[in-house]
Amino acid sequence: MQLSEVFQSSLLSPIPLAFALGVTAKLVRSEFSLPRDIYAGLSIYLLFALGLKGGVELVHAGLTSIARPAAATLLLGCLTPLTTYLVLRRLGRFSIADSAGMAAHYGSVSAVTYIAAVTFTRSVGADPEGFMPTLLALLESPGIHIALAIGAVKTAAPGRATMHVLHEVLTARTMVLLVGGLLIGAAMGERGWSGIEAFYDPKGAIFKGALTLFIMEMGLVAGSRLGDLARVGPFLLGFGVIMPVLHGALGAWLGHIAGLSVGGATVLGAMAASASYIAAPPAVRVTLPEANPTYYLTSALAITFPFNIVVGIPLYYEFARWLAS
Amino acid sequence: MQTVTLTLVTIIAEPVLEEMLTRELRHLGARGFTVTESRGEGSRDLRAGSLPGQNVRIELIVSPMVARAMLEHVATHYFAQYAVIVFSQPVEVVRGEKYV
Repeated sequence: MQLSEVFQSSLLSPIPLAFALGVTAKLVRSEFSLPRDIYAGLSIYLLFALGLKGGVELVHAGLTSIARPAAATLLLGCLTPLTTYLVLRRLGRFSIADSAGMAAHYGSVSAVTYIAAVTFTRSVGADPEGFMPTLLALLESPGIHIALAIGAVKTAAPGRATMHVLHEVLTARTMVLLVGGLLIGAAMGERGWSGIEAFYDPKGAIFKGALTLFIMEMGLVAGSRLGDLARVGPFLLGFGVIMPVLHGALGAWLGHIAGLSVGGATVLGAMAASASYIAAPPAVRVTLPEANPTYYLTSALAITFPFNIVVGIPLYYEFARWLAS
Repeated sequence: MQTVTLTLVTIIAEPVLEEMLTRELRHLGARGFTVTESRGEGSRDLRAGSLPGQNVRIELIVSPMVARAMLEHVATHYFAQYAVIVFSQPVEVVRGEKYV
């Protein structure tokens, strides 16, 4: 497939189109919004489904095949918050709190970007490894912890809330559903899975339909932040696009070295390139209150997320293909 | 009916603060409290509303002395960095001993 075809098939798929509808609805000031409880319900369903399927696949994969990709993932989880912090602090001249707050977001992972990457790789016939949800769970929290630790040390204000936040990040919805799903999936195996597959299968129509609605809501939220793009300044605009490309290339490369397939390396690249916007924002708000939420929310949600689902993921795929050839 | 005058303290804050605030209020002498979700805008514009979730409105009835301590606590620890307001007013309650 030509590069242009890859981009076209990525652009004209339900995910970017639903996102675009959400953004458009906000731009024309439509009264439409997805009820909060439905949004919460969809995210619970999506994460639990990922965990369950990942757990079933984990049993097939065995510990030896996942050891090296898992090590690569943890390494990424430690590197990406540091690179983010250093780039913003040294090159961007941002404050310690702002740099650390952004590092928590870019060091962690966006589950929706992950799902979009898996969907994309499947659509071009490069199925990623079945154990990828395990890597997603591994990448979720180290980045947030490292970034908040940098913030606490550098601002010399070991916030009274730090311990509380560590607990909160580890017990957040994402972690409980993903890790819990992995354990249940691994425990029940194929036999248990066959009974619930029709509802939970991430390749199935129900999952993809739910994802489309979820993405539309993300478009609404991103659309409501478009006005802030002017306020974050040119440096962050560039950062929100260039940093994902660098992290994405690093992730795909490490994935390739760790023995992942082209699809797997693409997905790991997308995970490294993505910025969390569910787990990280409340954690940062509580521990680093000096960090300006406009910076991290706008760049994670209104710049990096759409960039990744439209341009980034196909780019990481091409890079992973080039590495493998 | 016998009533007593106590103080109603109201705190309206961004949602991430709920757990921390209620824990600290207990510590300062609250015997109970009511939390409701709320919406609005303030001098910080939409900054508080930029995170997912709605604002929380925490209400509690305490003795005037405890109320004073709570106002001071919120002012010292939260005003600088968070979107939060706090105010108090006298209220008539029955069963006054329930709150102090």
